[in-house]
Amino acid sequence: MRETPWKRRLLCGLVMSAALVMTTQAADAKKKDKDAKSGPAPYSSTYKPYPGRPTALVGATVYDGRGGRIDNGTVLFENGKVVAVGAADLAIPAGYDRVDGSGKFVTPGVIDIHSHLGVYPSPSVDALSDGNEMTSPTTPDVWAEHSVWPQDPGFTRALINGGVTTLQILPGSGNLIGGRAVTLKNVPSRTVQGMKYPGAPYSLKMACGENPKRVYGARNQKPMTRMGNFSVDRQAWIDAKKYMDGDHADRDLGKDTLEGVLKGEILVQNHCYRADEMAQVLDMAKEMGYKVTAFHHAVEAYKIGDLLKANDVCAAIWADWYGFKMEAYDGIPENAALLAKQGACVVIHSDDENGIQRLNQAAARAQAAGRRIGVDVPDGQVVGWFTYNAAKAMGIGEKTGSLEAGKMADVVLWNGNPLSVYSRPEKVWSDGALLYDADDPKRKPVSDFELGQPGEGDVK
Amino acid sequence: MNRLILAILLGAAPISVSAQDFAITNATVGTGDGSAPIEHATVVVRAGKIVSVGRDTAAPGGTQVIDGTGKWVTPGLFSAVTDLGLWDVEAVDDSNDTSAEKSPFNAALDVATALNPSSEHIAVSREGGVTRASVAPMNGASIFAGQGAVIDLGQDAAIVMKPRAFQYVELGESGARLSGGSRVAAHTALRNALREAREVAALPVGAQRQGDVLLTRADAAALAKVIDGTQTLYVGVERASDIRGVLALKAEFPRLDLVLVGATEGWLVAPEIAAAGVPVVTMPMRDLPATFETLAATMSNVGRMKKAGVKVAIGMFMGMDQPRNAPQQAGNLVALTKIPGASGLTWGEALAAITSIPAEISGFGGKAGVLAPGAAGDVVLWDGDPLELSSAPVSVWIDGVKQPVDSHQARLRERYKDLDETYLPKAYDW
Repeated sequence: MRETPWKRRLLCGLVMSAALVMTTQAADAKKKDKDAKSGPAPYSSTYKPYPGRPTALVGATVYDGRGGRIDNGTVLFENGKVVAVGAADLAIPAGYDRVDGSGKFVTPGVIDIHSHLGVYPSPSVDALSDGNEMTSPTTPDVWAEHSVWPQDPGFTRALINGGVTTLQILPGSGNLIGGRAVTLKNVPSRTVQGMKYPGAPYSLKMACGENPKRVYGARNQKPMTRMGNFSVDRQAWIDAKKYMDGDHADRDLGKDTLEGVLKGEILVQNHCYRADEMAQVLDMAKEMGYKVTAFHHAVEAYKIGDLLKANDVCAAIWADWYGFKMEAYDGIPENAALLAKQGACVVIHSDDENGIQRLNQAAARAQAAGRRIGVDVPDGQVVGWFTYNAAKAMGIGEKTGSLEAGKMADVVLWNGNPLSVYSRPEKVWSDGALLYDADDPKRKPVSDFELGQPGEGDVK
Repeated sequence: MNRLILAILLGAAPISVSAQDFAITNATVGTGDGSAPIEHATVVVRAGKIVSVGRDTAAPGGTQVIDGTGKWVTPGLFSAVTDLGLWDVEAVDDSNDTSAEKSPFNAALDVATALNPSSEHIAVSREGGVTRASVAPMNGASIFAGQGAVIDLGQDAAIVMKPRAFQYVELGESGARLSGGSRVAAHTALRNALREAREVAALPVGAQRQGDVLLTRADAAALAKVIDGTQTLYVGVERASDIRGVLALKAEFPRLDLVLVGATEGWLVAPEIAAAGVPVVTMPMRDLPATFETLAATMSNVGRMKKAGVKVAIGMFMGMDQPRNAPQQAGNLVALTKIPGASGLTWGEALAAITSIPAEISGFGGKAGVLAPGAAGDVVLWDGDPLELSSAPVSVWIDGVKQPVDSHQARLRERYKDLDETYLPKAYDW
């Protein structure tokens, strides 16, 4: 099997780790702290693809995730990678299993850029509520992966009903700077490390608007206002720059994260609803020298599609959540379509353990709303809203999110058009391994939590 | 003055508009009664009522005829157990009348006193094809949330069709917390309240109540209607054992007219619910063990209960779960019919679950949620299969009155179709 980039990275890390042991033997504690930063990434991924068989999906309508559509297409994958995608005349190598997709559809694995599965798992009891370190307005030091409970039954539902193969778990939005997000492969695993997407960059979760000012304002603490939000954010960046320019003698976990953002190694996922506020955040990013990768929950993005496009920022949005809070009062179902019309990047996200099971349906609703006002976004492009665009905004667009030769074989065979309410995943492959099959009761994961309890293994 | 003239010129005067007589011809018609859709059918509406429906129906002479070729027609959607009209912005407390945590009253609370016909959520829901709803209060500090109302969503001031249509009580986990910390306490509170109400109702005029009184007089008077079955009791409950506990209430209070709300584990006790003749309002796509009282949650809940003979409506659209998303929920139940081992609904049954069945449960069987002679002229003309994600209403009539499309959302959509500010800011674009 061809060596994958993530494997190379892992090997590289092991070598550096050995070097580190030698140098630290004679070094003082401060030096050790400093060098630890240049060592291998801690809590690194131990994910390994499960075995799959060389597979040819034939006869289905194929959406490649990059806007392309092939009727009666063929998708070949082997050794965890997409080998080729083409028309009916694409030659199928010997030894491949044929899966008849006539009347069915194939897409890349669905990707949710905004999930709290694992950190706010089911059952949603206080004892498992680990998604929001609301003890300070800025907590860049916390990492969502240290909270994720891999046994959350939400992961399996997202896989079997939503075809979700990759998802980004974010800390909650009570803080201006909430901490590091983590990108996971949606595979059952005993450990979070076993789910971590190999080679995915970290993201930093930030939030603007009502949440931070409400949480801390209610405690008579800064920030109580939107101007307070910006003041705390800006000071945090200024302090981080000072740290970045220093000798790192005293390790600061939070500033490590902010430094990673300033160096462009860590992406920024910014919860922000209102158009005017997104514009302010973009100016703050310019002032401080970082980039916002995506605005999440951007219900007013349609008011500044031009600005978002000019700044190369994605809008990660729901189809039509509306009116539940003041900053959602101007949400409209045409948001995604109007952004697409402006040429801005659209991602459909869930932020919800139920919604993640129907990202394809949310995208279809958003598409339909656009069509009714004369903005006709083609199906192939709409599929990209919950596949490739999400991958791109998570920094893994080179590895997944589309059906292209060499990419991870994260593939969904749908029993009908995924943009129809009547369709569901029939088979889901992750890195070429068949992890869900509607026709095989055993090919469906059941979490530890559900064993022996009412409804275990039931059709969900 | 100028605004009034403008309003009249625009045809948006807030005065009652008379019903149109009209017929929609050659459409695919889902009548809402559970049957399969009828192709090339005609629906005739006169004086605000449905007159006739079917393939052999002709549009009467002189009636406005709307060509329904390529389109679908259904009854207006009926949203059971929603909070429509009780809040503008859920998180803005001042605008939110769903619950009253600090009120000394509970069962006596009456949502009809707060319902706002001008709520944006009513306008948005109406544009989504919702024409009627049962609006329920949420619990404050008691298991009794108060009395809900049945409303229509027509754009006029007369919103309430039936005030005080039902009482809402919450049992299960949240009922337990509200009543002091356990299910034991919740059941004691419920039975004590019903007994007190029965005693108060039986007192001669002017007589004093006995000691040991926990209910205010107003709450007791409200619950008296529940005891004698003249007001339906909606019970929020999820766990199988809790559902059995609710059904058992009839042993002591035989005239209770019960409706189960939630019933996530209803499929585990479906034969018992069916035998008791108690209908269910539920949110079907919840398939997670979100709490310990919903461990057996499955999307097949509705299909299995229906198969066992339970009358099940899709409802509980509250907060971010908007009533206009009812067709998506219904369509997903049809999708289940293609999944091995799962239980779903036929297309006709799925449409009934968001039209005629919630209407029946709300006391408006045959009068709403169905295209049948004599029913209210609530008609939705869709640009495609109404359960499909790509479809939306083209026109909505309530009591035969064509409804406007003028919500805040619709106006924002028009303003921001483009971002052209060459001549003036967007603020002038209206």
